[in-house]
Amino acid sequence: MTVTDNGVNVQALLDAREALKGAPEAARFTWRATSKWDRGVHSTTTIENFYGLGAEQSHKAKTEFAADHPEVFAAEDNGITPIEYLLVGLAGCLTAGVASVAQNRGIQLRSVTAVVEGNHDIRGILGDPDVRNGFNDIKVTFDIDADASKADIEAIVAQSQKRSAVFDALTNPTDVTVEVA
Amino acid sequence: MGDSVTTVVVGAGHAGLAASHFLRERGVDHVVLERGQVGNSWRTERWDSLRLLTPNWLSRLPGQDYDGDDPDGYMTMAEVVAFIERFAAGAPVRTGVNVTSVRRTDEGFAVDDLRCRSVVIASGACNVPVVPDFGDLGVHQVTPFDYHNPDKLPDGGVLVVGASATGVQLAAELRAAGRHVVLSVGEHTRMPRRHRDRDVLWWMHETGLWAQRYDEVDDLDRARRLPSPQLAGGLEVDLNTLTDAGVELVGRLATVRDGVALFSGGLRNVCSLADLKANRMLAGFDEWAGLTDRVPLEPTRVPAKPRLRLDLGGGEIGTIVWATGFRPDYSWLDLPVLDDRGRLRHDGGVTDIPGLYALGLPVLRRRRSTFLHGIEDDARYVVDHLIRTSRGTFDQSVSEAR
Repeated sequence: MTVTDNGVNVQALLDAREALKGAPEAARFTWRATSKWDRGVHSTTTIENFYGLGAEQSHKAKTEFAADHPEVFAAEDNGITPIEYLLVGLAGCLTAGVASVAQNRGIQLRSVTAVVEGNHDIRGILGDPDVRNGFNDIKVTFDIDADASKADIEAIVAQSQKRSAVFDALTNPTDVTVEVA
Repeated sequence: MGDSVTTVVVGAGHAGLAASHFLRERGVDHVVLERGQVGNSWRTERWDSLRLLTPNWLSRLPGQDYDGDDPDGYMTMAEVVAFIERFAAGAPVRTGVNVTSVRRTDEGFAVDDLRCRSVVIASGACNVPVVPDFGDLGVHQVTPFDYHNPDKLPDGGVLVVGASATGVQLAAELRAAGRHVVLSVGEHTRMPRRHRDRDVLWWMHETGLWAQRYDEVDDLDRARRLPSPQLAGGLEVDLNTLTDAGVELVGRLATVRDGVALFSGGLRNVCSLADLKANRMLAGFDEWAGLTDRVPLEPTRVPAKPRLRLDLGGGEIGTIVWATGFRPDYSWLDLPVLDDRGRLRHDGGVTDIPGLYALGLPVLRRRRSTFLHGIEDDARYVVDHLIRTSRGTFDQSVSEAR
């Protein structure tokens, strides 16, 4: 018998779910990003620390993300567009979900590719009140090679959306407060 | 001080009466306390057109089979009430008794003034409609308890929130009455009325899936919270038949902001999940039957651009129907037996307070627990347990103490 190894420690996740049943406080996480304006529409966002399991936590390393606009927006293109970071988040989250669910179901993955496309009518951000600022819609196309039937693969992808933080954050409204310190 | 009895059963619906059936059979003196009349919820808390989801041939109670002339039909509420009334014959029911308190005593319990050794809670799983609180929405709002038929609603379109059995049935009925209907669809359980020319509940019954024990279910917590299946007593109703009828599907109602209902953009996913699960269930039936071909359901057709916003003040919608589920009411239970979410803690109907039992809750001992024919095994087990673990009847122990 071959052991499924997608590199996901599912047992740890299942154990965490059990442990957190009796400790809802520990389940409260706060993710943080700090952004600094560089010049023009170019900014650099740093992520290093977060809060969870009742204490301050740190990533192994600090990561910096450059955000800018492309040259077709008359900008310098020092980094990807902020709205593209949403695609990064969605792709990363759904892919993590696919690997975890497959691991949990004993399905060996060989390759997982996701193409994420967000349709965006930029007239909204340019001030047209009849056009939405954000994405009009997003399409994710998974190409998965695994030891499983098409129905099983579809079920993994569906379950991954069901448990995805970013899918939820994009498909449901979130209350956002923006203040000046 | 009031009188005493060995066992008090709270609720004279089919569950409480099934407990009484076995208590009588075993000679345990008891009373069944009922806030209204026998089968009260069936009489007063159901809409006019509702029919039982179970076909008549499967609608049984202990010692009482369906004996009408339409075994493949589905009972109306009046027929269900008559069926339960017949079952109540001989049961020591006290009607019009609203239990307001159940406390521990040295010898057992006090149900208001009535002392007893044991209590069977059979007061139902659907006492209170669960309605999210979005404040004043400026439109007429009803729950399934207030809804009777389309004519009783104010003119105008209807937003039905929830696509389980109640939501799909009411959406179909309102649309058939000519209403503009928007149906907000969250996670749901798709179930075709018929599979290979047999009622889906025939398959559930014959394959043994429905008799699966609570301690054999993979994720019991989840099974107990499962939305009721998209079934109606008789007609085929699912999201595709509703779409064909002109009902507009939207995603789960996420929130209401500034008088605008905002729907989740995850409609396609909840439909995929439901389609996959339903097809898996049907494939399981086929495997059981030794059939190798498959008859998959038509995939749920989701609108190309499901609406994400609906202005509740815009005149399109006159009424919101909250088909968002129900919960039991335990406000009268003064015992530390509820979990942090207000649910009764029990192991197959046996609570951790000796002498306190429950019946008629989802997947209490079997998947079929909340269906009429599902009560027999559960009630027999609970009554057996009650007798096995009680130290004699109340009267005996009182006389022994003397």
